[in-house]
Amino acid sequence: MKGNEAFAEAAIRAGADGYFGYPITPQSEVMEYLMAEKPHERTGMVVLQAESEVAAINMVYGGAACGKRVLTSSSSPGISLKQEGISYIAGAELPCVILNVVRGGPGLGTIQPSQSDYFQSTKGGGHGDYRMIVLAPSSVQEMADFARLGFDLAFKYRNPVLVLSDGAIGQMMEKVELDEQRPRFTEEEIIKNTPWATTGKTKDRERNIITSLDLDSAKQELHNHALQAKYKLMQEQETRFEMISCEDADYLIVAYGTSARISQKAVDLLRAEGIKVGLLRPITLYPFPTEIISKLADQVKGILTVEMSAGQMIEDVRLAVGCRVKVEHFGRMGGIIPSPTEVVEAMQTKIIGG
Amino acid sequence: MTEEIIIAGFGGQGVLSMGKILAYSGVMGNKEVSWMPSYGPEMRGGTANVTVIISDERISSPIINQFDTAIILNQQSMDKFEKSVKPGGLLIYDPNGITRHPQRQDINIYQIEAADEAASMGLTKVFNMVVLGGFLKLKPIIQPEFIRKGLEKSLPKRHHGLIPENEKAIEKGKEIIKSVHQLN
Repeated sequence: MKGNEAFAEAAIRAGADGYFGYPITPQSEVMEYLMAEKPHERTGMVVLQAESEVAAINMVYGGAACGKRVLTSSSSPGISLKQEGISYIAGAELPCVILNVVRGGPGLGTIQPSQSDYFQSTKGGGHGDYRMIVLAPSSVQEMADFARLGFDLAFKYRNPVLVLSDGAIGQMMEKVELDEQRPRFTEEEIIKNTPWATTGKTKDRERNIITSLDLDSAKQELHNHALQAKYKLMQEQETRFEMISCEDADYLIVAYGTSARISQKAVDLLRAEGIKVGLLRPITLYPFPTEIISKLADQVKGILTVEMSAGQMIEDVRLAVGCRVKVEHFGRMGGIIPSPTEVVEAMQTKIIGG
Repeated sequence: MTEEIIIAGFGGQGVLSMGKILAYSGVMGNKEVSWMPSYGPEMRGGTANVTVIISDERISSPIINQFDTAIILNQQSMDKFEKSVKPGGLLIYDPNGITRHPQRQDINIYQIEAADEAASMGLTKVFNMVVLGGFLKLKPIIQPEFIRKGLEKSLPKRHHGLIPENEKAIEKGKEIIKSVHQLN
């Protein structure tokens, strides 16, 4: 299965209630697959092509307000259009899953893979002090796994979850094992599990109001404090990463998504030459695995970050490391994917020899 | 065993589907596989290529720039990928439409006249399966039974009637592939 198809199938199987999207390369297979699969016949899930990205994200807003498992997907320029809605959803504390299959930018850029949306994803692409859990799959298997994990985390924290993929992972095919079908929430379950949802007022409770607006600054500040407390909890509980060959490493590569796969090959090539290199792969980009990188900084002599961008994640790596060891960036931009041998060269010239 | 393959040619030659059949056959044979296509503007009328990796172990990078085998089906791809074959590796090409033949001395080179063969079979669409047959003759990394399962999995049901023709083409490819340059 292609990464995009695996994500779509996994979303159905995770018990999603609705998908709202608008086509854009390189993620169009998500909606194509869902339309062909007719999940309304399988589980009753709605799949709807909206008239625009703005409409799609606001349909997600509405669905999420009703306590439904809803999602959308797009690629970079389309995700930019959705930022206003994402900020509202974060402000209103609603759960949803958003997939970004990143392509090169800025602007319409190119349809080839890129990782240049890191800042937008992790630092809040929309306005206001909000954060999303950002999951970065590096395989087709993780595209499937993170659809379900995304929903579970979104509901756990009443917060949007972003799956930050890229054109390479969306388009490539690998083996994938899919979870069994999980039933959609029943109306009773929604009322019981998400008591905040707008399910229709009953006599025994107040009205549920979903909004991101509070003109009373004191109340708005309290709301912001509550959000920040929630983000702190996410940092404590949801930081995920994978370490490959780090135990005895003298040098470290930090990379996520497609870059991590390429870097893993580079680690193999460097180790074949007798150079002990390890790979730290952040799985959550927010919350960022600051602590482990800080720990590894005491062990290694230098760190290379590999990203398909001008160097965005490197800022978080440098924050974790301080000035203890050298941290350099290697990357390609505009839809070019670096090769493992380029990463090897960068490690040798920028870190080991530099 | 890890086999890293690039298949490159014109869009419409069945480059991507040949890679897909190979990948699915690998899955059926319980191997790890990855299938990474060129997509977008390259696919729309220009050149198309796909990287297929088949391995007994977990695959690290699905994107690589050095290959054990290059299967080359047009001149542009020859210019681009001849140099990407690992020393000691394998290059298979169809000479149809090739004006500059491969020059490398440090790799094994084979020719397969698949376009002519497919035309004489009266089934130009099985061209890619003739090529696949040639590859499998030289690198029998997947058992024929799994190739059949791979065909079943990757062809839509309405085309399952054509599987015997595809298998015939694979057998034909095994017969007609010939060595051009052989390493000692």
